[in-house]
Amino acid sequence: MSIKSLLTTNVSILALTIATTVALTMPVQAKTFKYAFQGDAQSLDPHSLNETFTLGLLGNVYEPLIDYDKDMKKIPGLATKWEATSPTTWAFELRKGVKFHNGNPFTADDVIFTWKRMLSEGSDQKARAALIKDIKKVDDFHIIVETPVPNPTVLNEMTQMYVMDKEWAEKHNAVKSSSPKDAGRDGSYATTHENGTGPFIVESRQPDVKTVLVRYKDHWNKDIATNIDRVEFTPIKQAATRVAALLSGQIDLVFPVPVQDWNRLTKAPSVKALNGPEARTIFLGMDQSRDELLHSSVKGKNPFKDVRVRKAFAHAINLDAIKKAIMRGASTPSGLMWAPQIQGYNAASNTPYKYDPETSKKLLKEAGYPDGFTVTMDCPNNRYVNDEKICQAVASMLAKVGVKIDLLAQPKSKYFAKVLAQGGYDTSFYLLGWTPASMDVYNVFNSLIVCQNKEKKAGSFNLGNYCNKKVDELTKIIASETDVAKRQAAIDEAAKIIQDEVGYLPLHQQPLSWGVRDGVKVAQRADNVLDYRDVVMP
Amino acid sequence: MGDFWRRFFDSDLWWSFKSSPLVVIAFSITVIIVFSSIFATFVAPYNPFDLAQFDLMDSLKPPAWMEGGTSQFFLGTDDQGRDVLSTILYGSRVSLLVGFMSVFFAMVIGIIVGLIAGYSGGWVDALLMRIADVQLSFPAILIALLVDGIVRGLLPKGSHDDLAVYVLIVAIALSFWVQYARTVRSSTMIERTKEYVQAAQVIGLPQPLILFRHILPNVMGPVLVIATIQLALAVITEATLSFLGVGVPPTSPSLGTLIRVGNDYLFSGEWWITVFPGAALVILVLAVNILGDWLRDALNPKLR
Repeated sequence: MSIKSLLTTNVSILALTIATTVALTMPVQAKTFKYAFQGDAQSLDPHSLNETFTLGLLGNVYEPLIDYDKDMKKIPGLATKWEATSPTTWAFELRKGVKFHNGNPFTADDVIFTWKRMLSEGSDQKARAALIKDIKKVDDFHIIVETPVPNPTVLNEMTQMYVMDKEWAEKHNAVKSSSPKDAGRDGSYATTHENGTGPFIVESRQPDVKTVLVRYKDHWNKDIATNIDRVEFTPIKQAATRVAALLSGQIDLVFPVPVQDWNRLTKAPSVKALNGPEARTIFLGMDQSRDELLHSSVKGKNPFKDVRVRKAFAHAINLDAIKKAIMRGASTPSGLMWAPQIQGYNAASNTPYKYDPETSKKLLKEAGYPDGFTVTMDCPNNRYVNDEKICQAVASMLAKVGVKIDLLAQPKSKYFAKVLAQGGYDTSFYLLGWTPASMDVYNVFNSLIVCQNKEKKAGSFNLGNYCNKKVDELTKIIASETDVAKRQAAIDEAAKIIQDEVGYLPLHQQPLSWGVRDGVKVAQRADNVLDYRDVVMP
Repeated sequence: MGDFWRRFFDSDLWWSFKSSPLVVIAFSITVIIVFSSIFATFVAPYNPFDLAQFDLMDSLKPPAWMEGGTSQFFLGTDDQGRDVLSTILYGSRVSLLVGFMSVFFAMVIGIIVGLIAGYSGGWVDALLMRIADVQLSFPAILIALLVDGIVRGLLPKGSHDDLAVYVLIVAIALSFWVQYARTVRSSTMIERTKEYVQAAQVIGLPQPLILFRHILPNVMGPVLVIATIQLALAVITEATLSFLGVGVPPTSPSLGTLIRVGNDYLFSGEWWITVFPGAALVILVLAVNILGDWLRDALNPKLR
């Protein structure tokens, strides 16, 4: 043994001794995973707000019958098996031996109760629940799900139907869903307490400050990848603060990382940037149904009812400038309301509106607004990547063609409570983002594009009520047509009508933008959901 | 008038001003900042609040002397393509407006409370000064946050942004009046026993008249000194509140708001968006502070 190797051995033994001493003197360290997002989950009630982040967090606490894995493939959740018994009925076999966090057993009654709760007044999940006509109980672990029309995407939608314990809800007077307006307030017991079946239990929660979750030891699935025992989630609104927390090692994962900081993250040691295309489309919507806009200088009529005004808006917005200056090249300008990852996407119909302020001015003049007009724009400031900055840029671009925008940028809790159905669609012009949870285009049509229909619970996120009977007809075909070519033809035809009429102003698909500490393994899903089941700590 | 200036140039105050180059510089800087922000509309190369005047394609340009900068935007542009120099000029206007107004209101409240407490004595004095003591035990910023929070809660939705500046003025004024009250009270207690006050009382002048016409001019010296120093503090408080996001909105930003907005770009290398407004704030506050310090020394007979 040479001196050199002896030395190395000694050093490594020394290192080992130190390491063991340290390990022995410290108590057995529970693995704590800390992460930050730009906003908080709106509520612990899984039926109160249909928002990806809220549902993503609650997906660790509550579980659906069918779940998504990290590649967004359907896997068994609380159901073990399902099969179509006819084009409109599905037979489900439920998992036995599952217990809610309070120890109550999970049965078919809980599934039926959950479905009914999702249809209750305050719920933001009505559109989704309405895809099911009825659920029949065969016995405690077998149910039959009936859909009104043949609809293969209903299985994907079921990944967002989180099962709640019937007995617990009845005991705590939470049988009806709370509404997004209750967010942050003590509306219903279920907004501040949970009782799911998921692998994590909410240990403590201070809205907008901190939520702590611990592992549920009696979870039915012993095969999940994660090794974490405890999760600390902190909302950090300020982008720079969020990145600083990651760089300083206080936090294991942050998202979204502002696109301007990608370089910095790549250069920094011990952290890395995880990027990819997100299936979320950011768009602008206009109130096209009221006879007079709620928030505008134009009185007695609604300028957005005039297709020329909508076209003028479309041509006034410079998507490439937004991409270059605000998204640092990381977004994909879009002419469609759905992303390339979505089933039903056709690149041929994706033609963004051309930036042409002169045409825009001309159109406004023709429509009778040579000097433009004023309209208030609603914008969230902690929901999407650089959301407020996009709104400011849009305001500045519209100012150049004479339209004055009063920008009302608010945290998402206030924003959603104002613009959604539960707030009476109190908006004239707004920015919103949408990822169809089913990853199928029908979800986009049924939620954003068909005429608002309270009875059928359709179009409930069509905040400005863009309404075209022909598109509604085509949506019915998209819902149930099984021939792929015919279905695509219907989608393409509808896409063309929407574009010609400027039903919406699609902006872009935003990037997935996470920052992770080295050694922490996570799965970045295309819908920007962080599933703790896939988090592995070093 | 000529007589006034002759007396002024003959005074100790002018002499002490003249003999300190630092004070002269501080004074010039203050005057330049105050005037260029009052006349920002004419001085600034662009109007950063006219949405039609800036272009997203001009965004994030570095200062003129750096690579990629243009002389069009001397201190560079921010994320929306606004000229940083112009936003600083318009921003200092908001900062100074809030600073001056809040100091003025704090002074008015403080003088009234101080005069009443010092002149009346007894339980009125005890009550007013206990209130002042309680407030003194909290940092001014906390009081300002509290007032701001309450007013926000009371105001109808949506109107807050329009009124934000006034809310800030009230909040800062309410957190700063104590200093004046205590100073004025102690001076008043001394003045109260002097012959000219007794004479006024003997000829039967009403109390308010004695307070404001006879005592007030004799206690104004220290008040002016405090006002100058507090102006700097008020500007800082405003900047802090705006930096925390509870001050003026980004649509009519003050220096604090500009620093907060620019903070998002510190990691990405666009340092000029936040550093220049920060530097402007430091220079302004430092200059005013030096002036205040000098004024205190110059007016203090014991130090002469």
